[in-house]
This record gives sequence, structure tokens and C-alpha cells, in this order.
Amino acid sequence: MTMRPDPTFHASPRLAMEAPAENFAYTLLLSPDFSKPDALAVIDVKPGSPTYSQIVHTVTMPNKGDEFHHFGWNACSSALSPLAGHAFIERRYLIIPGIRSSRIYIIDTKPDPTKAKIHKIIEPEEVFKKTGYSRPHTIHCGPDGIYVSTLGGGGKDGTNGPPGVFIMDCETFEVLGRWEIDRGPQTLHYDFWWNLPRDYMVTSEWALPPQFENGIVPEDLLANKYGHRLHFWDLRARRNVQTIDLGANHQMALEVRPAHDPVREYGFVGVVVDTTNLEASIWTWWREGGKFHVEKTATIPPEPAPKEKLPPLLQGFGAVPPLVTDIDLSMDDRFLYVSCWGTGEMRQYDVSDPRKPKLAGSVHVGGIARRTPHPNGKAFAAGPQMVEISRDGRRVYWTNSLYSTWDDQFYPDGVPGVEVMANVGPNGGLELDKNYFVSFPDGYRAHQIRLEGGDCSTDSFCYPSA
Amino acid sequence: MFDGLVLLPVGLDWAHASLGWLWVALVASGLYHGVNPGMGWPLAVSAGLMDKSPRALFRALWALAAGHLLATLLVLLPFAFLLVLAEWQRPIQLGASLLVIGFGVYRLVERRHPRTLARIPPTQLALWSFAVAIAHGAALMLVPIYLGLCQAFELDAGHEAAGALIKASLGMAVLVSLVHVAAMVSAGGCLAWLVYRHLGLKFVSRSWFNLDVIWATSLVLVGVVALAFNLASWH
Repeated sequence: MTMRPDPTFHASPRLAMEAPAENFAYTLLLSPDFSKPDALAVIDVKPGSPTYSQIVHTVTMPNKGDEFHHFGWNACSSALSPLAGHAFIERRYLIIPGIRSSRIYIIDTKPDPTKAKIHKIIEPEEVFKKTGYSRPHTIHCGPDGIYVSTLGGGGKDGTNGPPGVFIMDCETFEVLGRWEIDRGPQTLHYDFWWNLPRDYMVTSEWALPPQFENGIVPEDLLANKYGHRLHFWDLRARRNVQTIDLGANHQMALEVRPAHDPVREYGFVGVVVDTTNLEASIWTWWREGGKFHVEKTATIPPEPAPKEKLPPLLQGFGAVPPLVTDIDLSMDDRFLYVSCWGTGEMRQYDVSDPRKPKLAGSVHVGGIARRTPHPNGKAFAAGPQMVEISRDGRRVYWTNSLYSTWDDQFYPDGVPGVEVMANVGPNGGLELDKNYFVSFPDGYRAHQIRLEGGDCSTDSFCYPSA
Repeated sequence: MFDGLVLLPVGLDWAHASLGWLWVALVASGLYHGVNPGMGWPLAVSAGLMDKSPRALFRALWALAAGHLLATLLVLLPFAFLLVLAEWQRPIQLGASLLVIGFGVYRLVERRHPRTLARIPPTQLALWSFAVAIAHGAALMLVPIYLGLCQAFELDAGHEAAGALIKASLGMAVLVSLVHVAAMVSAGGCLAWLVYRHLGLKFVSRSWFNLDVIWATSLVLVGVVALAFNLASWH
């Protein structure tokens, strides 16, 4: 317990943007064949530093086969919630779930990121016993605890009961139990986020574990059996208040990105693939008159490609789907970054008018057919995937792995882990930085990135920027 | 803390000389609760900013005041009725002092905040304010001051009819609550308005100190001072 709120807690998104820039980027490393333990890499991102763009510290886990994916902080700006009335915790611990093992690691990043170490390990049995859920995924720090979404229910293959959200104590890291009181029609899960003062949560749908753990199941995809709905919840009452179906052909509604400014009651969600035409889409959701609404506001077309450039999975289609696998919204809610993992493109949309995204910038790197090299000449395997934006919005970082078994289906030549960064112009535009190129130890792939002091997909705010 | 300290210069003639100081202590406790962010002024700032209107800020202040008032009354009223038992007046005062000390010690030992408070919807500010005042012993802090005032006004004289006594002690409970809440809302309201209009949101995190220990110590101190005067005036 501290005497003052953590200096990295900010009342509004604008204050977060004005804070000092990040010096370190934390990146999750996974061993795709489970031959080595997964790890957390600490990367120096301070311009001018002698170790710039290099791994300066690695925390290697004691187990194998965890499959690291997403992670988050024990506490963030949401601790300044005036309702919680108690802001005296530190942004100190990274919560890293293994989505394959259901084990959760708590990593202490103090006194210095280069000395980060394991603080606690929560074994899978505790998660199973206390929540009935498995395969923990997204982490968000709420004012009353750490919220964790899961992809699986109970049982060996995670299909015994629906997946959902559970809560952990942000200081003792004890698993407290299920969050939902009334889940309504929700049976699938992926991402979630909220608007704290307006008191609602939004959740999305990927699939049940048998549909992803051993790779994408093409028959299920073509039969539209992956998730395609959004769920809206009363946050404090823990009740599902509305479910909206995007249409069964809009397969896999993944990342949910609400506006950071809580006065703005809208947000975005990315859809991986439309099974009628292989295009990917961006949807805008908003609340009006007490009801939620959703609209498809941008589409990205597939790119035709000769059969010999395609993996067996796609040869029948003669085209590369863009595969929008991650999206991220800048702190000022102005630019939405869209990863096209299939076509190898990072798109930047100006979403000042949230229902009319305008393409403002784009860079090509990697891609199933294009295979665009990085501007520094090095090869970039796979395509842009997990994307993270600096608080000030001037730097956009991304890695290239999606999920172990899916990587192998779409990129059978292998996906050596890479992390790159693009600089953003003051009025948009995107350019890859030739000097930032992190390659990881052999046999490791890179997934989500977290920036020191918070970033654009962790912190939630209780006061508007105005 | 200073609402306890201001009681210190009081002479041993608890019943009369201390009257002025008790009112000062009452107002001071209101100001103290008002500036404590844990009692809700940042909620008024948030409401004003979210609705882009100063009226929303004042609406929130009213809701916070109503909740705090209700909590204060709820805690004081049982003591108002107990005062009818005139011959039990000293044990009641001693008991009240010990209760406040005990709660202060409990807050010192048990530092965790009740998680349920964060579960109250942001639309129910009055309920939130009520729950917070009860959970943190804000209302309890006033009991020794209230009992002191009752004594100073000789509501415990015992020569009055029980009905009149209840009426008087109830009236005093209402008055004490109103004065306290008025002071609280003035202090919290001024701070909320300053942040909303002039200081900016940076002030929210910059000004926020961990008051847990100070708050718990205040409770203990108020109880100890009251206890000391009770014992002193007993002999």
C-alpha cells in the first residue's frame, strides 16, 4: 500500500498522453512446439540508449506448454475511480495467463524492469476449482480487482459449460470467482472491455477450445460455427443486457476497443473473415437511448494470389483473406490501427467520426503472398499481428504470431518472432522505423506487447479529457 | 485528525467551557470529511465533466450530502434514545468512546477496503455516500461530539420528562448532523468546484493522499479525548 497514487495512474486519457514516454516494452514469447518454457522479454525502447531495440532481460517460466497470449497489469488508471475511493496500489505486477495450460504467472516488475521476476504462480487447478472456467485470456484491471476473460468452460476440452469472466484480487492475486450473475445467451468468449463511469461492459466471441487448440477447423468456419456476436453487460449488476448478432457469415469477432474518453459511448470491434467473400471488417458499436447499436463501418477486401503462393488451407480460394486479427485505438480516440495478418498490412484509420473510418495510413510488411521485407532489408515472417500504441500516439509497435497451431496453417514456412515499430506523423501517416527491429531467440514466437507505464489497450479512465 | 486535537485545550469543566470547542470540533469534522476524496468530492468533479455541466456537479454534491446525512442520523439516533436513561448516561458516554476507539483500532488493523463499495452503480451516489460514511466510521466519529453537546446543554439533567428529553436529544441529533454535513458539503464542494473550473484533473491524483492511517487515528483520538474528559468530569 502506498501513500500516493502510482504516478502512472492518470485521471483522463489526455493526462496519460502528456505523461513521459515509455522506456521499456514487455513482450510475451511462446514456444510453439512446447519444447521450451515460455518467457517474458523486456525490450529497451528508449531512443538513444546503447541497447535500443534489444532484449535487456528475460523472465523464463519454470513450466512448458503454457502458450502465452495476452497479458495485463494488476492495476492501472482505473484505480483513480472516484467510486473506489482508494488509489493506493502500484502498477507493478504483470498478470500472464497461459491459454493452453490455464496457469497464471504474476511477474513483479519492481524495483526495475530489467530485474523483473516471478512473484507468484497460480496453478490451473485453482482456476478450475474456483471458477469452473479454463484457458484464461484477456486481463483488465478494474477498480475492484483484476478481471480475466476465459475461452473455455470446465472439463478436459473446455466445453463443459460456457466460458466467462472471473475476478482476482489485485494485491493478493487470489482467484475470487466468477463475475457473471446472469450471462443471458452468451456461450462463447474472447475479448472484453468497458466504460467504467457509464457502467457497461462489452464482450466478443472467438470459439470453443476444440475449434482452435489444434488449429482452425475449416469445416466449422465454412459452416459459420465460430463466434459472431457481441454482448453488452450491466457492469456492476453483472448482467447481460443485450446481445447483437453481426450475422453468421461474420466469423470471429475479436478485439473490443471502446473509446478511451468515457464521455464517448462508442467503440470498435474487428471481424476476422466474412465467409461469403473472405473480406475482413471493422464494426462500430455505440449506445444511444439506453440501447446498443452496431454497424459495419469498414471492409478490407481479399487479395487474389496464385495457388503456388498459398498454403494448402487457402489454395482452393485462390486469394489471401486480410484476416483482421487485432485492432487498437489511440489514446485520443482518433486513429484505429488494424492488423491485416493475412495480407501483411498495418492500416491506420482516422475514426474522428467513429461511424465513418477513413484510411489515413498503411504500411506493408510480410504477408502470405506479398512477403514484403522490412525497410531495413530483413525478412518479416507472417504479418502484423498484436499491435500496441504508445500513450502519446507517436509510436506503434507490433509482433507477428497469432496462435501456435494457426501460425503453422497460414504460414507453414515458420514464424520466427519479430517485433517492429512504426512512427506516426502528427496528422496521421505511418512509417516503419528502420532502427527498431527486435528478433527473438531461436524457436520463440512473439505475441502481445505491453508498454511500461501503460498503453492504449490497458488503461481505462474514469474522467473525460475535456 | 484535527477534529480530535481541537478538543484538547478544553478545560475540565466539560459541561460549560467546552461548548464552543464542541461546535468548532463539529464543523472541523465536517470540513475534514469534505476534503477527504474518499468521501466523494472527485465524484462531483467526474459528474460535472461527464455531463459537461456545472449543474451535474451540484446534483452530485446534493446526492453525496443526502447519503452522508442519512448515515449520520442513523448512527446518532440510537444514542438520542439512549440518553433518556439518564442514570446510564456515563456508561453510555464511556461505551460510545470505547466504540469509536475500537472502530479506529479495527480500521488500523484491517486495512482492506470493503470491495462491495466499488460495486455500487455510479448512478446511485446517495447510496454510495451512505455506505461509505457507515463503512469508514465517518458517522461514528461524531458520536462523542454529539454526546458532549447533549451534556453541555444539560439534556441529561434527569429532571425533565422523558418525552421532552427525547425531543431535545433528537433535535440535537438533527442539528449536529445538519451542521456537520453543511460543513462537509461546503469543503468538498469548494474543492470539487476548484478542480472542475481552475485546477484541472491533475489535481485529483496529485492531491490524493492515503488517509487510511490518519483517518483511523482520528477515530481513536476522538474516542480517547472524549474518554479522558468523561473520566475527568466523573471525579
